[in-house]
Amino acid sequence: MPQHELILLKNMMQPGYAGSLADYEKAGGYQALRNTLGKVSPPDVTAMVRKSGLRGRGGAGFPTGVKWGFLPKDYQGPRYLCCNADESEPGTFKDRQLMERDPHQVLEGIVLACYAIGAETAYIYIRGEMVLGSKILEQAIDEARAAGYIGKNILGTGINADVWVHRGAGAYICGEETALLESLEGKRGLPRIKPPFPATHGLYNKPTVVNNVETLANLPHIISRGPDWFAAIGSPPKSTGTRVFCVSGHVKRPGNYEVPMGMTVRELVYEHAGGMRSDKPMKAFIPGGASAPFLTPAHLDVKLDFEHVAAAGSMLGSGGVTVMEEGTSMVWAALRLMEFFYHESCGKCSPCREGSSWLVQTLRRILAKRGRMEDLETLLDLCKNIAGRTVCAFGDAEVAPIQSTLKHWRQEYVALINEAEAANLIRPEPVGRH
Amino acid sequence: MWSWESATDESVNDSWIQRDSMTFSEKYKDEIADILSRYPVKRSALIPLLYVAQRDQGYVTESAMLEIAHLLKLTPPQVYETITFYTMFNLKPMGKFHIQVCKSLMCALVGSDTVIEWIKAKLGIAPGESTADGLFSLSVVECLAACGTGPMMQVNDDYYEQLTENKLDRILTDLRSAGTSPLKSGPFMWPEPVNVK
Repeated sequence: MPQHELILLKNMMQPGYAGSLADYEKAGGYQALRNTLGKVSPPDVTAMVRKSGLRGRGGAGFPTGVKWGFLPKDYQGPRYLCCNADESEPGTFKDRQLMERDPHQVLEGIVLACYAIGAETAYIYIRGEMVLGSKILEQAIDEARAAGYIGKNILGTGINADVWVHRGAGAYICGEETALLESLEGKRGLPRIKPPFPATHGLYNKPTVVNNVETLANLPHIISRGPDWFAAIGSPPKSTGTRVFCVSGHVKRPGNYEVPMGMTVRELVYEHAGGMRSDKPMKAFIPGGASAPFLTPAHLDVKLDFEHVAAAGSMLGSGGVTVMEEGTSMVWAALRLMEFFYHESCGKCSPCREGSSWLVQTLRRILAKRGRMEDLETLLDLCKNIAGRTVCAFGDAEVAPIQSTLKHWRQEYVALINEAEAANLIRPEPVGRH
Repeated sequence: MWSWESATDESVNDSWIQRDSMTFSEKYKDEIADILSRYPVKRSALIPLLYVAQRDQGYVTESAMLEIAHLLKLTPPQVYETITFYTMFNLKPMGKFHIQVCKSLMCALVGSDTVIEWIKAKLGIAPGESTADGLFSLSVVECLAACGTGPMMQVNDDYYEQLTENKLDRILTDLRSAGTSPLKSGPFMWPEPVNVK
């Protein structure tokens, strides 16, 4: 297996590295902060990040420097940074490792981002279930505050940046940036209608940037080693740097693997993750978390970067690669994901709220061999009427498993329905067509 | 499927909960002040304060909700509309150990349904129920971000990953006898580094 330079996971891979402030400083940590605060102007920091080509690691892949550039330049009031640590996309577990094993790397990124955008307060919105992660972060913040890296008058520069951990409470939708802001304001996590975007009207209606944990963790490295170094890694010009891919499912060695973007799925799954766990060949994989459409082994040589995965009909999303072996029912897999989306739909938009329930009912019926051929049309019809018709991207995400499994494995649906027809049991009318 | 009915079972034995006469705001005066100091707008402290209330009793009592509403200058319905959106808040007493098993696709691929069956058989309860001694409540939940180390479950604040039947037996025994188990997950890293020199 070719060795690639690790950026984000490098420290934690060292024997004995426990993620304390002393460990992090010994590994060169907080040097970027020392060399930047008060020495490089905030617009120059933003320019460096833009030049590096860094794109958001949470799912949407929006260029980070460009996002920062949307903040109003002449606004005098407070601005906020929110670190999106609500990692809840099924198949994704990288932020948990970054926060629990090397919290100061994330914190240094947060303070650098605060400096660049002029924010004096940052909130780390961590998913509520990660109690250990929130404790580790709070401890790290205390250490960093005592050492003068966080708080008032950082390192004597007169620059302030306070960081607080804020726990979510078990809602997937709060990973959507405007739902996150609503939740942080103590409300139900319902996504906001955009525009206005958080850059102008975010937390408490103030200019706000929401960045993913992995995105922020990249910042110290970009600042200390330069944007050109970063821009040369991966699959330039549009997908630069590494990604921490989370491999799960039927592989020998599931886990987090940091590799340059542009690596093929084949190499990631068969070299890094050890290949399939049994003799059964691969049947399907999801390249970017539950919201990304399924792909088939025919797509094994697709490069894992934003453009190539999109061209193959899916999306790189959050980097959660889930592998399924031959013998896995794709109708069942689609139903499992659909049940997740049904459970997590926030209920704000009717197409998503009602549609997700209908999709689950229809899939359950087909799987229970009570389906009709018309159900397939109903499924596609529902998908068409959900995607693009909701306030946030959840609607597009929830139809992905059904549309893609119906595209690649329609015969499995048909076989189940044929069995139902042969058995001639009582079958309900398709939902929504009474 | 999770539902309010299952999460709010009235019949749960809550004798393990210690009750005292102090009000919520008296008992946690300093912690409440610390939380309030972090936010420029009071309502942001709502979820953190609900967590404090839940830690106290294992669930959020109506009186705690009313006190929190008062503290944050909110109406009780504003507190209630928020708390009912989030699945991690209990509105009725739960067992001392709340077992939550992930059933999402990634865990299901590696056997979470079997884990659920084991727990059902070992504890004699179905998801949404609690054991008669008030020790265990079982819930089946969606993704907890441990997909590479499934099947997994969360018990109160702790994750338990890569579950096997033996491991599960040990965890349940440990919880009964010691209230915690050394098999719980520490700071997460998987796979562990292979080339340790």
